[in-house]
Amino acid sequence: MPLPRLTPPRLARAAVFSMLAALAASGQALARDVEILNVSYDPTRELYREYNNWFRGYWKQKTGDEVTVRQSHGGAGSQARAVLDGLQADVVTLALAYDIDQFHTRADLIPANWQSRLPNNSAPYTSTIVLLVRKGNPKHITDWNDLTRDDVEVITPNPKTSGGARWNYLAAWGYALERFNGDSDKAYAFVRDLYANVPVLDSGARGATNTFVQRGIGDVLLAWENEALLATHELGKGQFEIVVPSTSITAEPPVTVIDKNVDAHDTRAVSTAYLEALYSDPAQRLAGKHYYRPANPEIAREFEGQFPDVKRFTVDDVFGGWTRAQTTHFSDGGRFDAMLEEIGARTH
Amino acid sequence: MTSVNRTRSVIPGFGLTMGLSLFYLGLIFVIPVAGLLIYTATMGWPAFWAAISHPQVMASYKLSFTASLIGASVNLVFGGLVAWVLVRYRFPGKRLIDALVDLPFALPTAVAGISLVTLYASTGWVGQYLTLFGVKVAYTQLGVVVALTYIGLPFVVRTVQPVLEDLEAELEEASASLGASRFTTVRRVILPALLPAALTGFALAFARALGEYGSVVFISGNLPYRTEITPLLIVGKIEQFDYHGAAAIGTVMLVAAFLVLLLINGLQWWAAKRR
Repeated sequence: MPLPRLTPPRLARAAVFSMLAALAASGQALARDVEILNVSYDPTRELYREYNNWFRGYWKQKTGDEVTVRQSHGGAGSQARAVLDGLQADVVTLALAYDIDQFHTRADLIPANWQSRLPNNSAPYTSTIVLLVRKGNPKHITDWNDLTRDDVEVITPNPKTSGGARWNYLAAWGYALERFNGDSDKAYAFVRDLYANVPVLDSGARGATNTFVQRGIGDVLLAWENEALLATHELGKGQFEIVVPSTSITAEPPVTVIDKNVDAHDTRAVSTAYLEALYSDPAQRLAGKHYYRPANPEIAREFEGQFPDVKRFTVDDVFGGWTRAQTTHFSDGGRFDAMLEEIGARTH
Repeated sequence: MTSVNRTRSVIPGFGLTMGLSLFYLGLIFVIPVAGLLIYTATMGWPAFWAAISHPQVMASYKLSFTASLIGASVNLVFGGLVAWVLVRYRFPGKRLIDALVDLPFALPTAVAGISLVTLYASTGWVGQYLTLFGVKVAYTQLGVVVALTYIGLPFVVRTVQPVLEDLEAELEEASASLGASRFTTVRRVILPALLPAALTGFALAFARALGEYGSVVFISGNLPYRTEITPLLIVGKIEQFDYHGAAAIGTVMLVAAFLVLLLINGLQWWAAKRR
């Protein structure tokens, strides 16, 4: 079909029509199309896909605005660095507070008190570290102390490159402190012996899961509870079992608005609402559905069967916060480096 | 008249192309490298030395350089062989193999790494048989060598191939008719002609292997002091926001790679002169 030619009268009509259309559009309430970017880490992909859909409806009903939430997922550390280097995140939902702290100390993107702006240390959902073993638990692993046995191979990523792996390390350390009545030398030796049993030190949590699940290496995987539940319920149904240790850490993946970016984008209201709504009942149920422990105790009770009782401690209780944990354990010359040196010397 | 001829080249555009080349090199290459060096220079000598001489870092240099050297050497021999076969013989599927040689260039390195580890893990297609002989490839230093050999394959083939194509068969016939044995012909006629190109390929494969990250991290196991390559250590430093430490080690790699390439260039020059 030949295209209709725009003769001058037609052109005039088209111009008038488009002006009318523009007028009509601008007159229609004051509905805006807004777009925000949520920079997150790997295992939250499914959760936020569903939450963003829900939030779009919620926000439309509340304000009439059409909100589109774009998502970016990746390793927590590299995601944090991308934001530091200028990725225009309106909100971040990352794996540990230390990475978010950097936005204040290194770039002044957020205020120092960011973590107290939302309830529950700005963590709308939590998780914990559990032990994932092969079906039937052939090595009879029941608690952390089995992981230092000579016949057990442990899979966990490198805490220097993986944020998730730092939770694993601190969970083991916290257990050892409790067991040895606060003797940190003994705790050090315990965690060192655990890492001496690690045959492959992946750089990220996803890599470690692949090593354990796909390559069949190792007897036990140190995993976030939500990832372990996903593995036993969905990915590798019937191949794995979760062993809940006697005590473990409260993993708090925190969220925050990036002040400098939302002010530049004029998206503070919607971004703040986006995070606050994570604490609402429907969102808390979504978190539970995706195997995160809801922060709201009432909603958490609805998922009682899914989340076993485990005695949990926090980074603040045992390690005096992330900054101190980082310098003591993971920075160059820290306790983890010392362990590696001992293990390296032993095998040479 | 003569003065005009002297300043004007027969081929036009020297000033323009030279200017563009300098601009391009500056933008793409000099500025990033200078940035690295300048950034490293801000950290002070004691901190620099501490960052680059830590035992864990030293162990990684050893692994990175040794494994890269072995990988490039394997490619020198077998890549040369592949080039020879591709140039001198006709066989069905030759064009296909010729095209396949470039695959390691095109394949994302992570894909290569995952494929290699799937093959060589003790449960993999190849690995399960190697395990019978007590050979472990995945998650050992041997695994690092395998990955670095894989990614370096095209270099020697592609540098040697055109030289071999230009090398006339008459040269070998002349050598034979003058009474040289087959071995002497290869040693005195063919190899010297190929040496400069082969060295270039070797140098490229070596340099590429030094910087390789994506494929190695999947197959090496990444154990500090044992199977941790230097590029992984650099990434580790960056993950901890230790940009200075990362830049310092990066600078060492840069200088070392440059020295090695310079050395090989010198060898090449010497080999070319000797002919």
